[in-house]
Amino acid sequence: MSKILEDLRYADSHEWVKLEGDIATVGITDYAQHALGSIVYVDMPEVGDEVTAGEEFGAVESVKAASDLISPISGEVVEINEALEDSPELVNEDAFENWIMKVKVSDPAEVDALLDAAAYAKICEE
Amino acid sequence: MKYYDNLIFELSRPGRKGYELPANDFGKDAFDNLPADLMRQEAAELPEVSELDVVRHYTNLSMKNFGVDTGFYPLGSCTMKYNPKINEEVAVIPEFTAIHPLQDEKSVQGALELYYNLQKALANIAGLYEFTLNPYAGAHGELTGLMIMRSYHIANGDTKRTKVIVPNSAHGTNPASAMVAGLEVVEVKSKPNGSIDVEDLKPLLDDTVAGIMMTNPNTLGMFETEIMEIAKLVHEAGGLLYYDGANLNPLLGKVRPGDMGFDIMHINLHKTFSTPHGGGGPGSGPVGVTERLAKFLPNPKVKKNEDGTFSIITSGDSLGSISTFLGNFGVMMKAYAYILTLGKENIRNVGPLATLNANYIKESLKDDYLLPIEGVCKHEFVFDGLKDKSTHVTTLNVAKRLLDYGFHAPTIYFPLLFHESMMIEPTETESLETLDEFIDVMHKVAKEARETPEKVIEAPLTTLVRKLDETGAAKNPVLTYRHLLKENEKEAAK
Repeated sequence: MSKILEDLRYADSHEWVKLEGDIATVGITDYAQHALGSIVYVDMPEVGDEVTAGEEFGAVESVKAASDLISPISGEVVEINEALEDSPELVNEDAFENWIMKVKVSDPAEVDALLDAAAYAKICEE
Repeated sequence: MKYYDNLIFELSRPGRKGYELPANDFGKDAFDNLPADLMRQEAAELPEVSELDVVRHYTNLSMKNFGVDTGFYPLGSCTMKYNPKINEEVAVIPEFTAIHPLQDEKSVQGALELYYNLQKALANIAGLYEFTLNPYAGAHGELTGLMIMRSYHIANGDTKRTKVIVPNSAHGTNPASAMVAGLEVVEVKSKPNGSIDVEDLKPLLDDTVAGIMMTNPNTLGMFETEIMEIAKLVHEAGGLLYYDGANLNPLLGKVRPGDMGFDIMHINLHKTFSTPHGGGGPGSGPVGVTERLAKFLPNPKVKKNEDGTFSIITSGDSLGSISTFLGNFGVMMKAYAYILTLGKENIRNVGPLATLNANYIKESLKDDYLLPIEGVCKHEFVFDGLKDKSTHVTTLNVAKRLLDYGFHAPTIYFPLLFHESMMIEPTETESLETLDEFIDVMHKVAKEARETPEKVIEAPLTTLVRKLDETGAAKNPVLTYRHLLKENEKEAAK
């Protein structure tokens, strides 16, 4: 059974978002890392890049497959988790601790439109 | 069997020789006129070995191979059928192997006739107008086909058609080829049974759609029963239909892509037409089209003249050249031999037998393996791992355990529609005894997973090379001999 944290918001493409002020921290869910298997590479955006809700912002490569990362929110990338460049397997160890990017959101309402923990749990069960 | 993994360079000893070249009878050196700066200053670092060294080295290496000549190879989506030896005999006829592509066409009429006849045979089998045999492999064929799609729309002045619709179950090469061809990929969803959702397709069809790429049967081995409706909708919207020939085998001689409404397709000669596949290639990916698209086929083409002779021609409407000369000719000879060996009558048996074999395995194993989509499949089908999920034995573990029992693993973790995909395609060339043996072993592995799961998780246990560190290999690839030496030094220093 995958872990789902109560205080986060989720996209149906298996990314999570935590909004603090106007900064959103984004990562992939425990369900996603489990489905992907051993992660060998995380392709991250660059600081300063603009990301758009519903559009690709990078990719995760595992021994099974490469999957696009879909941004749940729009805004400007202000930080990326550089630790993942050398140690992508950290995402397997703890997908919620090891975030991928931080974004200065242009429209905080986008976060409200995302799934809550209960709704996301339902998607994972299907 | 003893473990052998030497490199030929490791066997090298200074001064050891296998052969000496004969004395130069021509009185001058072929390189006499080369500028000094192009001349090598040091001797090439070639291995210095005896004939016996070479023979033992390559014989030992070849014994590590697993191929369709050594065992059952149920690799889904790959059609690893037996490659009849008559194909190889035909392909080494010196009258064909000794010709040069720049020879006068009068002196290579036989080769041109073979190209033309194979092209015609494929067009008959596919229900299309004309084929080019020039593309080197399946993905190259896809690119060529999409370039034809693009050329057609551009010739019509329809330049805003830049989108290609691809099902979410498609082979990875489909979206990749569309990107390389400069087109944009739009995904269409599959229904729970794996076939295209026509309702999801309809809103995507507008005047920016260049076409759709499909396989039929689809990636799950299921026939797309709504294909006629899909073809009608796409054509009405001004788009074209592309058929990925990877799954042509079950239809061979029974159903023709052209009759289903497809405008463009590629065929993998190295799958459906029994030429060597994978490391044994090379491949060949002929592309066929309907009459209205024939003028866009790549140059050069082979034309049959009124007097029965053959000419190599180029045409101005063509999208241009996509290969040197006429493609992988040796592969064409093997495929042509295969078609003539079977003949019109027997080629019709290929699809039904491939379908029967796949369904026999599927029905025999669905008590132990999770079958996500019920119903009659075509040449292949997908299990979603073991039925009993409590054992924590994954599809990867089962695949590795099969190696211990002398079978090649099926395709795993594709398609991405399921978490534990295991895609099995037996092909028509396997006997009932081989299929039963495979079914027995699959049952045995499922039993082991229940009783001694750690044994399956540790597999393979008896192969020359044990379980590989896949994460390590992907993260820290050692791909050259020099790199290997460096790694060994680092290891020794520790």
